[in-house]
Amino acid sequence: MFETSFSVVWLTLKLALIVTVILLLVATPLAWWLSQTQSRYKPVISALFAVPLVLPPTVLGFYLLLLMGPNGPIGQLSEALGLGSLPFSFTGIAIACAVHSFPFVIQPLQNSFEAIGKRPLEVAATLGASSWDCFCNVVIPLARPGFITAMVMGFCHAIGEFGVVLMIGGNIPGKTRVLSVEIYNHVEAMEYAQAHWLAGGMMAFSFLALLLIYLVNHKAAQRSMA
Amino acid sequence: MSLLQGRFQADHGDFQLNVAFTLPDKGVTALFGPSGSGKTSCLRAIAGLERLPNSFFQIGNKVWQDEAQGIFVPANQREIGYVFQEASLFPHLNVQQNLEFGLKRLAKEKRKVKPDSVIELLGIGALLSRPPAALSGGERQRVAIARALLRSPELLLMDEPLSALDRRLKREILPYLEELHRELSIPVVYVSHAPDEVVRLADHIIMLDQGRLLCSGPLKEIMVDPRFALLFGDGASTLFEGRVSAQREDLITEVSAKDLTLRLTHRPIALDFPIRCRIHASDVSLCTQKPSHCSILNIFPGRVLRIDPGEQAGKILVTLELAKGQKLLAQISSYSVNRLQLQPGTPVWAQVKSVAVL
Repeated sequence: MFETSFSVVWLTLKLALIVTVILLLVATPLAWWLSQTQSRYKPVISALFAVPLVLPPTVLGFYLLLLMGPNGPIGQLSEALGLGSLPFSFTGIAIACAVHSFPFVIQPLQNSFEAIGKRPLEVAATLGASSWDCFCNVVIPLARPGFITAMVMGFCHAIGEFGVVLMIGGNIPGKTRVLSVEIYNHVEAMEYAQAHWLAGGMMAFSFLALLLIYLVNHKAAQRSMA
Repeated sequence: MSLLQGRFQADHGDFQLNVAFTLPDKGVTALFGPSGSGKTSCLRAIAGLERLPNSFFQIGNKVWQDEAQGIFVPANQREIGYVFQEASLFPHLNVQQNLEFGLKRLAKEKRKVKPDSVIELLGIGALLSRPPAALSGGERQRVAIARALLRSPELLLMDEPLSALDRRLKREILPYLEELHRELSIPVVYVSHAPDEVVRLADHIIMLDQGRLLCSGPLKEIMVDPRFALLFGDGASTLFEGRVSAQREDLITEVSAKDLTLRLTHRPIALDFPIRCRIHASDVSLCTQKPSHCSILNIFPGRVLRIDPGEQAGKILVTLELAKGQKLLAQISSYSVNRLQLQPGTPVWAQVKSVAVL
Protein backbone atom coordinates (compact mmCIF):
# COMPACT_ATOMS: atom_id res chain seq x y z
CA MET A 1 0.00 0.00 0.00
CA PHE A 2 2.72 2.45 1.06
CA GLU A 3 4.67 1.74 -2.09
CA THR A 4 1.77 2.51 -4.40
CA SER A 5 1.09 5.74 -2.49
CA PHE A 6 4.72 6.73 -2.90
CA SER A 7 4.63 6.09 -6.63
CA VAL A 8 1.42 8.12 -6.91
CA VAL A 9 2.91 11.06 -5.00
CA TRP A 10 6.10 10.90 -7.05
CA LEU A 11 4.18 10.81 -10.34
CA THR A 12 2.05 13.74 -9.22
CA LEU A 13 5.06 15.86 -8.22
CA LYS A 14 6.81 15.02 -11.49
CA LEU A 15 3.71 16.02 -13.45
CA ALA A 16 3.31 19.29 -11.53
CA LEU A 17 6.97 20.19 -11.93
CA ILE A 18 7.02 19.53 -15.66
CA VAL A 19 3.74 21.39 -16.18
CA THR A 20 5.06 24.39 -14.20
CA VAL A 21 8.26 24.57 -16.24
CA ILE A 22 6.39 24.28 -19.56
CA LEU A 23 3.90 26.93 -18.46
CA LEU A 24 6.56 29.41 -17.36
CA LEU A 25 8.34 29.02 -20.68
CA VAL A 26 5.16 29.49 -22.69
CA ALA A 27 3.29 32.00 -20.54
CA THR A 28 6.14 34.45 -19.81
CA PRO A 29 6.56 35.73 -23.38
CA LEU A 30 2.80 35.72 -23.95
CA ALA A 31 2.13 37.59 -20.69
CA TRP A 32 4.83 40.12 -21.60
CA TRP A 33 3.37 40.61 -25.04
CA LEU A 34 -0.13 41.07 -23.58
CA SER A 35 1.15 43.57 -21.02
CA GLN A 36 2.87 45.70 -23.69
CA THR A 37 0.63 45.39 -26.72
CA GLN A 38 -1.89 47.93 -27.88
CA SER A 39 -3.33 45.46 -30.37
CA ARG A 40 -7.10 45.59 -30.73
CA TYR A 41 -7.13 41.81 -30.53
CA LYS A 42 -5.89 41.94 -26.94
CA PRO A 43 -9.37 41.41 -25.35
CA VAL A 44 -10.08 38.48 -27.67
CA ILE A 45 -6.78 36.82 -26.86
CA SER A 46 -7.11 37.53 -23.14
CA ALA A 47 -10.58 35.98 -23.13
CA LEU A 48 -9.33 32.94 -25.05
CA PHE A 49 -6.50 32.44 -22.55
CA ALA A 50 -8.96 32.65 -19.64
CA VAL A 51 -11.39 30.07 -21.04
CA PRO A 52 -9.84 27.08 -19.15
CA LEU A 53 -10.63 28.99 -15.96
CA VAL A 54 -14.39 28.74 -16.43
CA LEU A 55 -14.92 25.56 -18.44
CA PRO A 56 -15.78 22.35 -16.58
CA PRO A 57 -12.71 20.06 -16.75
CA THR A 58 -14.83 17.46 -18.49
CA VAL A 59 -15.52 19.82 -21.40
CA LEU A 60 -11.86 20.77 -21.70
CA GLY A 61 -10.85 17.12 -21.32
CA PHE A 62 -13.35 16.02 -23.95
CA TYR A 63 -12.05 18.42 -26.58
CA LEU A 64 -8.42 17.72 -25.70
CA LEU A 65 -9.16 14.01 -26.06
CA LEU A 66 -10.58 14.64 -29.53
CA LEU A 67 -7.60 16.84 -30.49
CA MET A 68 -5.09 14.31 -29.19
CA GLY A 69 -6.91 11.29 -30.59
CA PRO A 70 -5.62 9.46 -33.66
CA ASN A 71 -7.80 11.63 -35.91
CA GLY A 72 -7.14 14.93 -34.11
CA PRO A 73 -4.45 17.37 -35.32
CA ILE A 74 -2.37 17.10 -32.14
CA GLY A 75 -2.62 13.31 -32.22
CA GLN A 76 -1.48 13.18 -35.84
CA LEU A 77 1.36 15.61 -35.11
CA SER A 78 2.61 13.51 -32.19
CA GLU A 79 2.40 10.35 -34.33
CA ALA A 80 4.35 12.11 -37.09
CA LEU A 81 6.99 13.21 -34.57
CA GLY A 82 7.25 9.67 -33.29
CA LEU A 83 5.94 10.54 -29.81
CA GLY A 84 3.28 7.89 -30.06
CA SER A 85 -0.31 8.12 -28.95
CA LEU A 86 -1.04 10.82 -26.36
CA PRO A 87 -4.26 9.71 -24.63
CA PHE A 88 -3.61 7.42 -21.67
CA SER A 89 0.04 8.55 -21.56
CA PHE A 90 2.00 10.75 -19.17
CA THR A 91 2.81 13.23 -21.98
CA GLY A 92 -0.89 13.44 -22.71
CA ILE A 93 -1.91 14.34 -19.17
CA ALA A 94 1.01 16.79 -18.93
CA ILE A 95 -0.26 18.65 -22.01
CA ALA A 96 -3.84 18.58 -20.75
CA CYS A 97 -2.78 19.78 -17.30
CA ALA A 98 -0.74 22.60 -18.83
CA VAL A 99 -3.72 23.80 -20.85
CA HIS A 100 -6.01 23.67 -17.82
CA SER A 101 -3.52 25.48 -15.53
CA PHE A 102 -2.48 28.06 -18.14
CA PRO A 103 -4.66 30.95 -16.87
CA PHE A 104 -3.37 30.48 -13.34
CA VAL A 105 0.15 31.15 -14.60
CA ILE A 106 -0.34 33.81 -17.26
CA GLN A 107 -2.60 36.08 -15.23
CA PRO A 108 -0.31 36.78 -12.26
CA LEU A 109 2.58 37.27 -14.71
CA GLN A 110 0.62 39.71 -16.86
CA ASN A 111 -0.62 41.61 -13.79
CA SER A 112 2.86 41.99 -12.36
CA PHE A 113 4.29 43.07 -15.74
CA GLU A 114 1.55 45.67 -16.09
CA ALA A 115 2.14 46.90 -12.54
CA ILE A 116 5.76 47.74 -13.39
CA GLY A 117 4.62 50.44 -15.80
CA LYS A 118 6.63 52.10 -18.55
CA ARG A 119 8.93 54.22 -16.42
CA PRO A 120 11.47 51.58 -15.25
CA LEU A 121 11.77 50.38 -18.86
CA GLU A 122 12.46 53.92 -20.06
CA VAL A 123 14.98 54.47 -17.28
CA ALA A 124 16.75 51.25 -18.27
CA ALA A 125 16.82 52.34 -21.92
CA THR A 126 18.36 55.73 -21.08
CA LEU A 127 20.97 53.84 -19.05
CA GLY A 128 21.97 51.83 -22.10
CA ALA A 129 20.04 48.60 -21.56
CA SER A 130 18.66 46.80 -24.63
CA SER A 131 15.13 45.35 -24.46
CA TRP A 132 16.39 41.87 -23.59
CA ASP A 133 18.85 43.20 -21.00
CA CYS A 134 16.05 45.28 -19.50
CA PHE A 135 13.71 42.29 -19.39
CA CYS A 136 16.26 40.12 -17.58
CA ASN A 137 17.66 42.70 -15.19
CA VAL A 138 14.71 44.99 -14.50
CA VAL A 139 11.44 43.30 -15.42
CA ILE A 140 12.12 39.84 -13.96
CA PRO A 141 13.43 41.13 -10.60
CA LEU A 142 10.56 43.64 -10.30
CA ALA A 143 7.99 40.99 -11.27
CA ARG A 144 9.39 38.43 -8.84
CA PRO A 145 6.22 38.26 -6.71
CA GLY A 146 4.26 37.62 -9.91
CA PHE A 147 6.61 34.82 -10.91
CA ILE A 148 6.36 33.20 -7.49
CA THR A 149 2.57 33.45 -7.50
CA ALA A 150 2.47 32.02 -11.04
CA MET A 151 4.76 29.12 -10.16
CA VAL A 152 2.96 28.21 -6.97
CA MET A 153 -0.48 28.52 -8.54
CA GLY A 154 0.54 26.51 -11.61
CA PHE A 155 2.23 23.84 -9.49
CA CYS A 156 -0.63 23.46 -7.01
CA HIS A 157 -3.27 23.50 -9.69
CA ALA A 158 -1.43 20.71 -11.52
CA ILE A 159 -1.08 18.70 -8.33
CA GLY A 160 -4.81 18.89 -7.69
CA GLU A 161 -5.80 18.13 -11.28
CA PHE A 162 -8.58 15.55 -11.46
CA GLY A 163 -11.22 15.91 -14.14
CA VAL A 164 -8.95 16.58 -17.09
CA VAL A 165 -6.56 13.81 -16.08
CA LEU A 166 -9.41 11.36 -15.78
CA MET A 167 -10.76 12.32 -19.21
CA ILE A 168 -7.36 12.02 -20.93
CA GLY A 169 -5.40 9.58 -18.89
CA GLY A 170 -7.76 7.31 -17.23
CA ASN A 171 -6.38 5.59 -14.24
CA ILE A 172 -3.21 3.67 -15.13
CA PRO A 173 -0.96 2.97 -12.11
CA GLY A 174 2.56 4.42 -12.43
CA LYS A 175 1.64 6.19 -15.68
CA THR A 176 -1.36 8.43 -15.27
CA ARG A 177 -2.69 7.66 -11.81
CA VAL A 178 -2.12 10.92 -9.89
CA LEU A 179 -3.00 11.92 -6.33
CA SER A 180 -6.52 13.18 -6.84
CA VAL A 181 -7.41 10.09 -8.86
CA GLU A 182 -5.90 7.86 -6.19
CA ILE A 183 -7.94 9.60 -3.49
CA TYR A 184 -11.03 8.98 -5.60
CA ASN A 185 -10.09 5.30 -5.90
CA HIS A 186 -9.60 5.01 -2.14
CA VAL A 187 -12.95 6.61 -1.42
CA GLU A 188 -14.68 4.39 -3.97
CA ALA A 189 -13.13 1.36 -2.22
CA MET A 190 -14.17 2.72 1.20
CA GLU A 191 -10.47 2.97 2.23
CA TYR A 192 -11.03 6.16 4.20
CA ALA A 193 -7.80 5.91 6.20
CA GLN A 194 -5.64 5.99 3.07
CA ALA A 195 -7.83 8.70 1.57
CA HIS A 196 -7.28 10.77 4.73
CA TRP A 197 -3.51 10.53 4.50
CA LEU A 198 -3.42 11.76 0.95
CA ALA A 199 -6.20 14.35 1.23
CA GLY A 200 -4.85 15.74 4.50
CA GLY A 201 -1.38 15.94 3.04
CA MET A 202 -2.71 17.91 0.11
CA MET A 203 -4.56 20.32 2.37
CA ALA A 204 -1.40 21.02 4.35
CA PHE A 205 0.67 21.39 1.20
CA SER A 206 -1.80 23.80 -0.40
CA PHE A 207 -1.95 25.93 2.71
CA LEU A 208 1.84 26.18 2.91
CA ALA A 209 2.09 27.07 -0.78
CA LEU A 210 -0.46 29.87 -0.45
CA LEU A 211 1.25 31.08 2.72
CA LEU A 212 4.45 31.40 0.70
CA ILE A 213 2.69 33.57 -1.92
CA TYR A 214 1.20 35.87 0.68
CA LEU A 215 4.50 36.22 2.52
CA VAL A 216 6.33 37.13 -0.69
CA ASN A 217 3.66 39.63 -1.74
CA HIS A 218 3.64 41.16 1.72
CA LYS A 219 7.38 41.68 1.52
CA ALA A 220 7.14 43.13 -1.99
CA ALA A 221 4.47 45.62 -0.89
CA GLN A 222 6.84 46.99 1.74
CA ARG A 223 9.46 47.66 -0.92
CA SER A 224 7.66 50.12 -3.15
CA MET A 225 9.06 51.84 -6.24
CA ALA A 226 11.12 54.86 -5.33
CA MET B 1 31.58 74.50 -32.67
CA SER B 2 29.21 71.58 -32.93
CA LEU B 3 25.58 72.26 -32.47
CA LEU B 4 22.42 70.54 -31.41
CA GLN B 5 19.78 70.80 -34.04
CA GLY B 6 16.26 69.56 -33.65
CA ARG B 7 13.00 69.61 -35.55
CA PHE B 8 10.05 67.84 -34.01
CA GLN B 9 6.53 67.36 -35.26
CA ALA B 10 3.62 65.49 -33.79
CA ASP B 11 -0.11 65.46 -34.24
CA HIS B 12 -2.14 64.02 -31.39
CA GLY B 13 -5.45 65.49 -32.51
CA ASP B 14 -5.98 68.15 -29.88
CA PHE B 15 -2.25 68.74 -29.52
CA GLN B 16 0.06 69.67 -32.36
CA LEU B 17 3.78 70.01 -31.97
CA ASN B 18 5.89 71.76 -34.54
CA VAL B 19 9.20 73.20 -33.40
CA ALA B 20 12.66 73.63 -34.82
CA PHE B 21 15.66 74.88 -32.88
CA THR B 22 19.42 75.08 -32.80
CA LEU B 23 21.38 75.10 -29.58
CA PRO B 24 24.99 75.61 -28.60
CA ASP B 25 26.84 72.56 -27.34
CA LYS B 26 27.68 74.22 -24.06
CA GLY B 27 25.78 75.28 -21.02
CA VAL B 28 22.25 74.76 -19.83
CA THR B 29 19.32 75.24 -22.17
CA ALA B 30 15.93 75.62 -20.56
CA LEU B 31 12.92 74.25 -22.42
CA PHE B 32 10.45 76.62 -20.87
CA GLY B 33 6.69 76.91 -21.16
CA PRO B 34 3.38 76.19 -19.44
CA SER B 35 2.24 72.58 -19.01
CA GLY B 36 0.94 71.17 -22.26
CA SER B 37 3.30 73.30 -24.32
CA GLY B 38 5.24 70.30 -25.62
CA LYS B 39 8.40 70.64 -23.53
CA THR B 40 8.44 67.07 -22.29
CA SER B 41 7.52 65.70 -25.73
CA CYS B 42 10.56 67.46 -27.17
CA LEU B 43 12.81 66.14 -24.44
CA ARG B 44 11.54 62.60 -24.85
CA ALA B 45 12.04 62.87 -28.59
CA ILE B 46 15.63 64.06 -28.07
CA ALA B 47 16.20 61.04 -25.82
CA GLY B 48 14.63 58.66 -28.33
CA LEU B 49 11.97 57.59 -25.82
CA GLU B 50 9.39 58.73 -28.34
CA ARG B 51 9.65 58.52 -32.08
CA LEU B 52 7.89 61.50 -33.61
CA PRO B 53 7.09 61.53 -37.34
CA ASN B 54 8.90 63.88 -39.78
CA SER B 55 11.40 64.72 -37.08
CA PHE B 56 15.10 65.32 -37.01
CA PHE B 57 17.76 65.54 -34.33
CA GLN B 58 21.47 65.93 -34.65
CA ILE B 59 24.19 66.43 -32.05
CA GLY B 60 27.53 67.49 -33.47
CA ASN B 61 27.92 65.34 -36.55
CA LYS B 62 25.86 62.45 -35.16
CA VAL B 63 22.36 62.15 -36.53
CA TRP B 64 20.10 60.49 -33.97
CA GLN B 65 16.92 60.85 -35.94
CA ASP B 66 16.18 61.72 -39.53
CA GLU B 67 12.85 60.37 -40.65
CA ALA B 68 13.49 61.59 -44.20
CA GLN B 69 16.21 58.94 -44.37
CA GLY B 70 14.57 56.48 -41.98
CA ILE B 71 17.27 56.99 -39.33
CA PHE B 72 16.29 56.46 -35.71
CA VAL B 73 18.85 55.57 -33.07
CA PRO B 74 17.06 53.84 -30.16
CA ALA B 75 17.31 55.43 -26.71
CA ASN B 76 19.70 52.81 -25.34
CA GLN B 77 22.23 53.60 -28.08
CA ARG B 78 22.19 57.38 -27.60
CA GLU B 79 24.85 58.81 -25.36
CA ILE B 80 22.51 60.64 -23.06
CA GLY B 81 21.85 61.02 -19.38
CA TYR B 82 18.17 61.40 -18.54
CA VAL B 83 16.78 62.58 -15.24
CA PHE B 84 13.06 61.99 -14.87
CA GLN B 85 10.59 64.07 -12.92
CA GLU B 86 10.43 61.45 -10.20
CA ALA B 87 13.76 59.91 -9.32
CA SER B 88 12.72 56.47 -10.65
CA LEU B 89 15.50 54.56 -8.95
CA PHE B 90 15.28 50.79 -9.35
CA PRO B 91 13.74 49.57 -6.07
CA HIS B 92 15.41 46.16 -6.30
CA LEU B 93 18.89 47.70 -6.34
CA ASN B 94 20.67 49.73 -3.69
CA VAL B 95 22.17 53.15 -4.39
CA GLN B 96 25.52 51.77 -5.47
CA GLN B 97 23.90 49.22 -7.81
CA ASN B 98 21.64 51.91 -9.24
CA LEU B 99 24.70 54.03 -9.98
CA GLU B 100 26.46 51.07 -11.58
CA PHE B 101 23.50 50.07 -13.74
CA GLY B 102 24.31 52.63 -16.42
CA LEU B 103 28.06 52.54 -15.86
CA LYS B 104 28.28 48.77 -16.43
CA ARG B 105 26.56 49.17 -19.79
CA LEU B 106 29.10 51.69 -21.02
CA ALA B 107 32.24 50.61 -22.85
CA LYS B 108 35.33 51.15 -20.69
CA GLU B 109 36.95 53.62 -23.07
CA LYS B 110 33.83 55.79 -22.95
CA ARG B 111 33.84 56.16 -19.16
CA LYS B 112 35.08 59.73 -18.89
CA VAL B 113 33.22 60.85 -15.79
CA LYS B 114 34.86 59.58 -12.61
CA PRO B 115 32.42 57.88 -10.19
CA ASP B 116 34.15 59.27 -7.10
CA SER B 117 33.96 62.85 -8.30
CA VAL B 118 30.26 62.57 -9.19
CA ILE B 119 29.48 60.92 -5.83
CA GLU B 120 31.30 63.75 -4.10
CA LEU B 121 29.74 66.45 -6.28
CA LEU B 122 26.25 65.26 -5.37
CA GLY B 123 27.06 64.42 -1.76
CA ILE B 124 25.77 60.84 -1.84
CA GLY B 125 28.84 59.01 -0.54
CA ALA B 126 27.11 58.05 2.72
CA LEU B 127 24.08 56.58 0.94
CA LEU B 128 25.72 53.96 -1.28
CA SER B 129 24.60 50.85 0.59
CA ARG B 130 21.04 52.03 1.21
CA PRO B 131 17.94 50.88 -0.70
CA PRO B 132 16.02 53.65 -2.49
CA ALA B 133 13.09 53.28 -0.09
CA ALA B 134 15.35 54.51 2.74
CA LEU B 135 16.21 57.80 1.00
CA SER B 136 14.49 61.18 1.17
CA GLY B 137 13.02 62.66 -2.01
CA GLY B 138 15.97 65.00 -2.44
CA GLU B 139 18.50 62.23 -1.91
CA ARG B 140 16.78 60.04 -4.47
CA GLN B 141 16.86 62.79 -7.06
CA ARG B 142 20.57 63.40 -6.39
CA VAL B 143 21.26 59.68 -6.87
CA ALA B 144 19.25 59.76 -10.11
CA ILE B 145 21.30 62.73 -11.35
CA ALA B 146 24.54 60.95 -10.44
CA ARG B 147 23.34 57.78 -12.17
CA ALA B 148 22.68 59.76 -15.36
CA LEU B 149 26.05 61.55 -15.17
CA LEU B 150 27.97 58.29 -14.78
CA ARG B 151 26.94 57.44 -18.33
CA SER B 152 29.47 60.12 -19.37
CA PRO B 153 26.73 61.50 -21.60
CA GLU B 154 27.20 63.81 -24.55
CA LEU B 155 23.97 65.44 -23.53
CA LEU B 156 22.22 65.59 -20.16
CA LEU B 157 18.43 65.78 -20.32
CA MET B 158 16.45 66.77 -17.26
CA ASP B 159 12.66 66.68 -17.14
CA GLU B 160 11.55 69.03 -14.37
CA PRO B 161 13.86 67.30 -11.91
CA LEU B 162 12.76 69.56 -9.08
CA SER B 163 9.03 69.75 -9.63
CA ALA B 164 8.21 66.69 -7.52
CA LEU B 165 10.11 68.17 -4.59
CA ASP B 166 8.89 70.65 -2.03
CA ARG B 167 10.50 74.07 -1.54
CA ARG B 168 12.95 72.89 1.10
CA LEU B 169 14.21 70.00 -1.06
CA LYS B 170 14.41 72.30 -4.07
CA ARG B 171 16.72 74.57 -2.11
CA GLU B 172 18.73 71.49 -1.17
CA ILE B 173 19.22 70.38 -4.79
CA LEU B 174 19.61 73.67 -6.66
CA PRO B 175 23.16 74.28 -5.38
CA TYR B 176 24.16 70.84 -6.69
CA LEU B 177 22.75 71.68 -10.10
CA GLU B 178 24.62 74.99 -10.11
CA GLU B 179 27.77 73.13 -9.18
CA LEU B 180 27.17 70.76 -12.11
CA HIS B 181 26.76 73.75 -14.36
CA ARG B 182 30.10 75.18 -13.25
CA GLU B 183 32.05 71.91 -13.16
CA LEU B 184 30.91 70.01 -16.22
CA SER B 185 31.15 70.86 -19.85
CA ILE B 186 28.24 68.56 -20.82
CA PRO B 187 25.41 70.43 -22.51
CA VAL B 188 22.19 70.19 -20.55
CA VAL B 189 18.60 70.51 -21.73
CA TYR B 190 16.45 71.32 -18.74
CA VAL B 191 12.66 71.24 -18.93
CA SER B 192 10.97 73.61 -16.53
CA HIS B 193 7.91 75.74 -16.04
CA ALA B 194 9.42 77.53 -13.03
CA PRO B 195 10.97 80.92 -13.94
CA ASP B 196 13.10 80.99 -10.78
CA GLU B 197 14.84 77.72 -11.73
CA VAL B 198 15.38 78.87 -15.29
CA VAL B 199 16.86 82.19 -14.22
CA ARG B 200 19.21 80.47 -11.79
CA LEU B 201 20.42 77.69 -14.06
CA ALA B 202 19.96 78.39 -17.74
CA ASP B 203 22.24 80.06 -20.26
CA HIS B 204 19.93 79.51 -23.16
CA ILE B 205 16.21 79.32 -23.41
CA ILE B 206 13.66 77.82 -25.75
CA MET B 207 10.17 79.08 -25.02
CA LEU B 208 7.28 76.92 -26.12
CA ASP B 209 3.58 77.51 -26.08
CA GLN B 210 0.91 75.07 -27.31
CA GLY B 211 3.43 73.08 -29.32
CA ARG B 212 4.90 76.11 -31.06
CA LEU B 213 8.24 77.83 -30.61
CA LEU B 214 7.86 81.34 -29.19
CA CYS B 215 11.54 82.19 -29.18
CA SER B 216 14.96 80.77 -28.54
CA GLY B 217 18.27 82.38 -27.73
CA PRO B 218 20.63 83.35 -24.94
CA LEU B 219 18.65 83.77 -21.73
CA LYS B 220 20.11 87.20 -20.97
CA GLU B 221 18.99 88.56 -24.32
CA ILE B 222 15.55 86.97 -24.28
CA MET B 223 14.90 88.24 -20.76
CA VAL B 224 15.43 91.86 -21.76
CA ASP B 225 13.55 91.52 -25.02
CA PRO B 226 10.29 93.39 -24.39
CA ARG B 227 8.39 90.90 -26.56
CA PHE B 228 9.26 88.04 -24.23
CA ALA B 229 10.21 89.70 -20.94
CA LEU B 230 6.68 89.47 -19.59
CA LEU B 231 6.37 85.75 -20.36
CA PHE B 232 8.40 85.01 -17.26
CA GLY B 233 5.61 84.38 -14.83
CA ASP B 234 7.18 86.42 -12.06
CA GLY B 235 7.71 89.69 -13.90
CA ALA B 236 10.19 91.28 -16.27
CA SER B 237 13.76 91.40 -15.06
CA THR B 238 17.38 91.72 -16.14
CA LEU B 239 19.99 89.03 -15.55
CA PHE B 240 23.56 89.97 -14.65
CA GLU B 241 26.25 87.36 -14.71
CA GLY B 242 29.50 88.33 -13.11
CA ARG B 243 32.21 87.45 -10.67
CA VAL B 244 32.80 88.78 -7.19
CA SER B 245 35.45 91.44 -7.85
CA ALA B 246 35.90 93.01 -4.40
CA GLN B 247 34.99 92.53 -0.76
CA ARG B 248 35.37 96.05 0.58
CA GLU B 249 36.07 97.06 4.14
CA ASP B 250 32.93 99.19 4.21
CA LEU B 251 30.95 95.92 3.88
CA ILE B 252 30.13 96.28 0.23
CA THR B 253 30.50 93.32 -2.10
CA GLU B 254 31.21 94.22 -5.68
CA VAL B 255 30.20 92.07 -8.63
CA SER B 256 31.62 92.85 -12.02
CA ALA B 257 30.24 91.82 -15.36
CA LYS B 258 32.23 93.09 -18.31
CA ASP B 259 32.78 96.74 -17.44
CA LEU B 260 29.78 97.12 -15.24
CA THR B 261 30.07 96.82 -11.47
CA LEU B 262 27.18 96.17 -9.13
CA ARG B 263 27.45 97.05 -5.46
CA LEU B 264 25.75 94.73 -3.02
CA THR B 265 25.46 94.82 0.73
CA HIS B 266 28.00 92.40 2.15
CA ARG B 267 27.67 88.77 0.99
CA PRO B 268 30.06 86.12 2.26
CA ILE B 269 31.12 84.89 -1.17
CA ALA B 270 34.70 84.17 -2.23
CA LEU B 271 36.47 86.53 -4.59
CA ASP B 272 36.18 85.66 -8.26
CA PHE B 273 33.27 83.30 -7.57
CA PRO B 274 30.81 83.40 -10.48
CA ILE B 275 27.39 84.59 -9.44
CA ARG B 276 24.14 85.58 -11.05
CA CYS B 277 22.08 88.56 -10.05
CA ARG B 278 18.57 89.37 -11.08
CA ILE B 279 17.20 92.89 -11.17
CA HIS B 280 13.43 93.08 -11.37
CA ALA B 281 12.22 95.81 -13.71
CA SER B 282 9.90 97.06 -10.99
CA ASP B 283 12.94 97.70 -8.76
CA VAL B 284 14.48 100.14 -11.25
CA SER B 285 13.52 103.81 -11.26
CA LEU B 286 14.61 106.47 -13.71
CA CYS B 287 15.80 110.10 -13.38
CA THR B 288 16.67 112.53 -16.11
CA GLN B 289 19.25 114.25 -13.90
CA LYS B 290 22.05 112.60 -12.00
CA PRO B 291 20.69 111.78 -8.56
CA SER B 292 22.87 113.00 -5.72
CA HIS B 293 22.67 112.59 -1.98
CA CYS B 294 20.89 109.32 -2.47
CA SER B 295 21.01 106.10 -0.43
CA ILE B 296 20.75 103.87 -3.47
CA LEU B 297 23.90 101.80 -4.09
CA ASN B 298 23.65 101.28 -7.80
CA ILE B 299 23.05 104.21 -10.11
CA PHE B 300 23.97 103.85 -13.77
CA PRO B 301 23.92 106.32 -16.65
CA GLY B 302 22.26 105.10 -19.84
CA ARG B 303 19.81 105.98 -22.53
CA VAL B 304 16.33 104.86 -23.44
CA LEU B 305 16.28 102.23 -26.18
CA ARG B 306 12.61 101.30 -26.39
CA ILE B 307 9.34 102.04 -24.68
CA ASP B 308 6.75 99.25 -24.52
CA PRO B 309 3.53 98.56 -22.64
CA GLY B 310 4.08 97.00 -19.23
CA GLU B 311 2.38 94.22 -17.29
CA GLN B 312 -0.79 96.19 -16.76
CA ALA B 313 -2.46 99.43 -17.80
CA GLY B 314 -0.58 102.47 -16.49
CA LYS B 315 2.73 100.59 -16.46
CA ILE B 316 5.43 101.04 -19.06
CA LEU B 317 8.39 98.77 -19.71
CA VAL B 318 11.43 100.87 -20.60
CA THR B 319 14.45 99.19 -22.15
CA LEU B 320 17.69 101.04 -21.36
CA GLU B 321 21.12 100.67 -22.74
CA LEU B 322 23.71 101.30 -20.09
CA ALA B 323 27.06 102.75 -21.05
CA LYS B 324 28.74 99.47 -21.91
CA GLY B 325 26.09 97.95 -24.13
CA GLN B 326 24.41 96.21 -21.21
CA LYS B 327 20.63 96.34 -21.33
CA LEU B 328 18.46 96.99 -18.31
CA LEU B 329 14.69 96.85 -17.97
CA ALA B 330 12.77 99.35 -15.89
CA GLN B 331 9.07 99.25 -15.24
CA ILE B 332 7.67 102.68 -14.37
CA SER B 333 4.29 104.36 -14.55
CA SER B 334 3.05 105.82 -17.81
CA TYR B 335 2.50 109.02 -15.85
CA SER B 336 6.27 109.25 -15.17
CA VAL B 337 7.11 108.47 -18.79
CA ASN B 338 5.02 111.46 -19.85
CA ARG B 339 6.28 113.75 -17.10
CA LEU B 340 9.92 112.95 -17.85
CA GLN B 341 9.15 113.09 -21.58
CA LEU B 342 11.00 109.83 -22.15
CA GLN B 343 11.48 108.60 -25.69
CA PRO B 344 14.04 106.45 -27.46
CA GLY B 345 17.39 108.19 -27.17
CA THR B 346 16.66 110.13 -23.98
CA PRO B 347 19.67 110.02 -21.63
CA VAL B 348 18.65 108.86 -18.14
CA TRP B 349 20.02 107.67 -14.82
CA ALA B 350 18.79 104.31 -13.62
CA GLN B 351 18.51 103.72 -9.89
CA VAL B 352 18.50 100.05 -8.91
CA LYS B 353 16.66 99.66 -5.63
CA SER B 354 17.44 96.01 -5.04
CA VAL B 355 19.46 93.22 -6.55
CA ALA B 356 18.60 89.57 -5.98
CA VAL B 357 21.63 87.29 -5.83
CA LEU B 358 20.58 83.93 -7.27
